Amino acid sequence: MAVRCNTIILIIISKKQTLMKDFMLIFINGEGSSKFSPEEMQANMQQWFNWINDLKAKGIYVSGEALLPGGKTVKGADGIITDGPFAESKEVVGGYFIVKAESIENAAEIGKSSPDLPHGGAVEVREVMKF
Amino acid sequence: MQKAPAQQLVDHLFRHESGKMVAVLTRIFGMHNLEMAEDVVQEAFLKAIQVWKFGMPPNPAAWLMQTARNKAIDIVRREGYARRYSAEVAEQLTAETENTVMQFFSDHEISDSQLRLVFACCHPSLKQEDQVALTLKTVSGFGVAEIARALLTNEAAIQKRLYRAKQQIKENNIYVEIPAGPALYERLETVYTVLYLLFNEGYNSIKAEELIRKDLCMEAMRLCKLLSENKAGAKPSTYALLALMCLQASRFDSRIDENNSIILLQHQDRTKWNQQLIQMGYCYLNQSSKGDYLSVYHIESAIAAEHCLAATFSQTNWQHMLHLYNILLGIKPTPVVMLNRAVILSTCGQTEKAIMEILAITGIEALLQTQYIYSAVLGDMYLTLKDYGNAKSMLALSARLTNSTAEKNLLGKKLKIVEQLL
Repeated sequence: MAVRCNTIILIIISKKQTLMKDFMLIFINGEGSSKFSPEEMQANMQQWFNWINDLKAKGIYVSGEALLPGGKTVKGADGIITDGPFAESKEVVGGYFIVKAESIENAAEIGKSSPDLPHGGAVEVREVMKF
Repeated sequence: MQKAPAQQLVDHLFRHESGKMVAVLTRIFGMHNLEMAEDVVQEAFLKAIQVWKFGMPPNPAAWLMQTARNKAIDIVRREGYARRYSAEVAEQLTAETENTVMQFFSDHEISDSQLRLVFACCHPSLKQEDQVALTLKTVSGFGVAEIARALLTNEAAIQKRLYRAKQQIKENNIYVEIPAGPALYERLETVYTVLYLLFNEGYNSIKAEELIRKDLCMEAMRLCKLLSENKAGAKPSTYALLALMCLQASRFDSRIDENNSIILLQHQDRTKWNQQLIQMGYCYLNQSSKGDYLSVYHIESAIAAEHCLAATFSQTNWQHMLHLYNILLGIKPTPVVMLNRAVILSTCGQTEKAIMEILAITGIEALLQTQYIYSAVLGDMYLTLKDYGNAKSMLALSARLTNSTAEKNLLGKKLKIVEQLL
């Protein structure tokens, strides 16, 4: 989990037109989906499509991107590059959304409807800093 | 904000792609590495559901296949020879690996691989119930829970069957291949039996939920069609089986009412029968008429066609039907065929003879005590003869034996009628 905080993600945020602020929903994959049958995987996929479409219809979805499984960590003054810790764990960041909400509480409410929560997934909600 | 078009996956895309990928991968890795193939497929799917949420590739099926292909190349290279030789040779061998693996991923090779896997799953050294479970798992991409639901058993039983099948595959050195010569015909018979079983499980088990039953029938038809499209599989008997499935499936939606009760053939709304499937059935029946070998599926599809040809139940050509059943009895003298033939006899006005023939079936005492259908049919026949005493005891026995609510409802209705008449 500590690694995630060090992960640098560059985001280009569209200019705000309302009082709404931008929040980042960071999706952490759960173990549950690894045991899905193909039909269950497809159903899960469809739930995500429906959810995103719903957020888009409400006009609160800004952008989102997936992160491929696996990756590298660069650490220390010598810049030692290691694999992981992603390789050992399925509980890694799978991707993120930028959504519009009035407050962090409202943004967390949006995160509650993530289709992966019943399957051990988690959503981290963070406000995007604006200068 | 403009509403984006809802993203939608083709129905059963993952399930069907799973079957294709497992087929190609077992052909590359060998049947003894079936589990490795299944793991690669699972990994590809996991990657897909993680990544596609945020944007679907233009061709999802191709994306999955490519992911499996890259993984296969990786595995063959890693498990292979790359490290054992000089850098120069290793480089050439590596390039060779890629070409060798790639050739299995052409469309033609993929359908060929699927069929090879069907044949491997139907290897005679496996028990029939294991063949069915393994086919559903590997070729059809069903999950363990789905197979259990479809076959009306529990997950532990299916796990056991799959485990046993995989052990047999390793012990018997089963290859992913289509047998040649006389062995082909022998194996085809097993393949037909497995597909026929799959279809019947879906068609006849009222107890299972509607959706999974339909999936099972559709899957049996899909595999049978795949078989008919391959040089080795395009035999008259294959077309006959395909015709039988189409003609039976045409009545799928008219057999159960909104209360989950069975609607008997004579009461079905024939306008609800699926005409497209009936036409396909006739077409395959036509193709099945080549050659001089008459299979069980030829007769059974002819019987199914006879029903479809009749505008109403009473207009059915019962004499011809009886003739077909007489031939069927000659090839397949099983209690069920005898029972069905007796039903036709009774419809032709020979109910007394029909009852005598049912009671003369070898082992009828045991069948009457274990399978509801025999007493249900006899009950109906006694009802026709106005022998209400016997009708009542048979219908009551039948109601006790069946697990299906729909059957129980139907038998209950009949019992009430009999009790009023007694």
